[in-house]
Amino acid sequence: MNYLTRRLVTFPVVMLGVSVLVFVSIRLVPGDAITAMLGTEAGLLTPAQRASLETYFGMDQSWFGQYWHWLGGVLHGNLGISVTYGRPVMEVILRVFPLTLELALLSMVVALAVGLPAGIYAATHAEKPSDLIVRIVAMVGQSTPSFVVALLAIYALSVWFGVLPAMGTFTPLWQDPLKNLAQMILPALTLGFAFAAAVTRISRSAMLDILSDDYIRTARAKGVPARSVIWHHALPNALIPVVTVSGVEFGYLLGGAVIVEQVFALPGLGRTVLEAILQRDYALVQGSVLFIAFNFMIVNLLVDLAYAALDPRIRLGGK
Amino acid sequence: MGRPRFKNLVSAVAVAAALGVAGAAVPAAAATLNMAWSQDATGLDPHKQTAFSSLRLLELVYEPLVRTDSELNIAPAIATSWEFSEDGRTLTFKLDPDAKFSNGDKVMPADVKASFERILNEETGASARANFLSIESIDTPDDGTVVFNLSQPDVPLLTAMSSINAAIVPASAIEAGTIGTETLGSGPFVLTSWEPNSREVLAANANWAGGEVGVDGINISVLPDETAILAALRTNQVDFALINDPLVATLVPNNPGLTLTREPVLNYHVLQLNADRGAMTEKKVRQAISCAIDRQDVLDAALLGEGKVTGPLTMPAYATDPSELFCYTPDLEKAKALMAEAGYEDGFSAKVMAATGEPPTAAAEAQVIQSQLGEIGIDLEIEMMELNVYIDRWLKGDFDMAVALNGGRTDPYTMYNRYWTKDGNLAHVAHYGDDTLDSLMQDGRVETDPAKRKEIFAEFSRHITEVSPWIWLYTGYSYTAANDKVSGFEANPTGSLFGLSAVTVSE
Repeated sequence: MNYLTRRLVTFPVVMLGVSVLVFVSIRLVPGDAITAMLGTEAGLLTPAQRASLETYFGMDQSWFGQYWHWLGGVLHGNLGISVTYGRPVMEVILRVFPLTLELALLSMVVALAVGLPAGIYAATHAEKPSDLIVRIVAMVGQSTPSFVVALLAIYALSVWFGVLPAMGTFTPLWQDPLKNLAQMILPALTLGFAFAAAVTRISRSAMLDILSDDYIRTARAKGVPARSVIWHHALPNALIPVVTVSGVEFGYLLGGAVIVEQVFALPGLGRTVLEAILQRDYALVQGSVLFIAFNFMIVNLLVDLAYAALDPRIRLGGK
Repeated sequence: MGRPRFKNLVSAVAVAAALGVAGAAVPAAAATLNMAWSQDATGLDPHKQTAFSSLRLLELVYEPLVRTDSELNIAPAIATSWEFSEDGRTLTFKLDPDAKFSNGDKVMPADVKASFERILNEETGASARANFLSIESIDTPDDGTVVFNLSQPDVPLLTAMSSINAAIVPASAIEAGTIGTETLGSGPFVLTSWEPNSREVLAANANWAGGEVGVDGINISVLPDETAILAALRTNQVDFALINDPLVATLVPNNPGLTLTREPVLNYHVLQLNADRGAMTEKKVRQAISCAIDRQDVLDAALLGEGKVTGPLTMPAYATDPSELFCYTPDLEKAKALMAEAGYEDGFSAKVMAATGEPPTAAAEAQVIQSQLGEIGIDLEIEMMELNVYIDRWLKGDFDMAVALNGGRTDPYTMYNRYWTKDGNLAHVAHYGDDTLDSLMQDGRVETDPAKRKEIFAEFSRHITEVSPWIWLYTGYSYTAANDKVSGFEANPTGSLFGLSAVTVSE
């Protein structure tokens, strides 16, 4: 697997780049951990008090010194201590990540279950009214911001039906699957809605392209049944762009859907990163962003490997 | 969510009813209070945390020597009594012999001494340290007495000691360095779990010396969106909630079964002018701004009238009638005349900064002020920014004007010495100082006669509104919403939720 080794070699280089970028950018933002913690009261600190807090937050060293120190820790599997949580960054991330992962997986299930059949249906009914309806719905789905969908869903449920997902106190799947799903289904549908729209549009256009290809015409001419042409000849090839889109979307979702997590009060990775930035919790921001980048790269790698499986013509290793 | 307990309670009530036992029909059995707020604590060290959101949580877990009651009087907490010496230079506290930390250890004078030494130690980085600098030494003559020896009479010291930033923590925890990671207080509740930005679980502290806690515990959910809090209240997932946004609060009474409690607070909304910059170095320009702003109009437009126009002093014991202060009755003609006298009849341009969402009405306030100052030719540009960026610039004093929500205190000296004394830590942010303000603040600090103190600070109010370095606007409310199951909550003008210790939940 020449290709795989090459990818694995570039992995650390990209991670290093990401870490430098996030390290510098969070420090370029005005305001530091001390003002984030004390607010305007930070103005009451004497210089000696400030100096001792800076030592506590590790802000007394130069940027390079801080980065070097942090990187050394990371190489030993230690992402540092989150100053707001008072706990190791890795522990904080691993506690909030299962929620985000579950949310991303559920959204993808929703997206594929709805988007793929809808796209194929639209492609096979091209330019008929039913195709138009699917396309309009997909367009609306893709262009509506997720928080609008989320707020509408909450409004409809709480106002018209008087029910609401139990918010705030998240129940992990293994503790109470039913309660967990009750909490997750709305956010998953909300995220899945836009995701499904993207899948619908891409699967429709991919399918349309392929349906006009020569080999499909040949298959039809040979008298292969219409159903078989679509499912066995066209679909595997149409899946490639769908896999790409789904992979990218899934990768984004693993970084946490900040707004949806915020609206549904889900303590996931996205909200954790947001709060960490607002609190200037440098170690937590750096650790989480690195973690998100790592996930994104793994997903991309898996997507590339899936190409090879779907289409033998794509040889990832090259000659 | 306490389901098993709920079932037990229901069956207990059923059994009691079936047996027809008189008096048992309404058992005083405690239940768990489900509560929500939108901003979570940002840390657990009571000496280092200053954000309202942190103090609210810590006030349920820790106790200071004294506390501020709902009438803003000093009330006993760990200390049962206190006394200034004749010359005002020693302050003696008698500790409650029943006061215990939640692990059962008695609160000893040594804990008090260690706590204040920790606050005074510069390495701690306690921002409240500035309030305790008159403490020279602390004696612990016996197991129930603590004596503070002061370098000078310091009347506001007692008020400063009622803050949770002066909480008494165990000397052993200070030595072990666990404050901030573990909580061990003597307050009504014990923090059993804290998942930042998600939830807190509090259990009643059986060792609390202040009496019986009305509930078994409190489950607090952090719901960042306040409309979601309203929804959770409506669907009875939450019994009690803290609300910051006046717009959301005003929607609560529309729901049957929900009650909104409004409590006037000491915090004040203010437009801060930079008297070191441009046209605002002229007193007449600042006065013109004061005359051009219709405070009631800003309050009505930006805050739906949810509040009260205020002078500089917001505590009822010292507040004076605002209508007696300079230009509290808006006067556009006078404003224009003052602008002309200062040589700015054509106006000038300036920028006003405001923090996004802090307070929730900041943007609206800035817009109303922008349009009002437009009337006298001041072309105001609004700069909205994230809170930490705002604070950063504010602390540097780098602004033309700033829309701010400042914290109030129960004592005028503790509230303003940082701004309006020449060596105040935030004098450079206030951008203004004069000898009158300086001497009034010092007089107020050492004066022990309450009537004379009131006079001194009334003069302070008159003088500062006339020189107009800041335009005080109004005080708002703190809001709590509760359903019918909750009773016994007493709100506090300091915004403290200590009143939760007396709350009961019925079923």
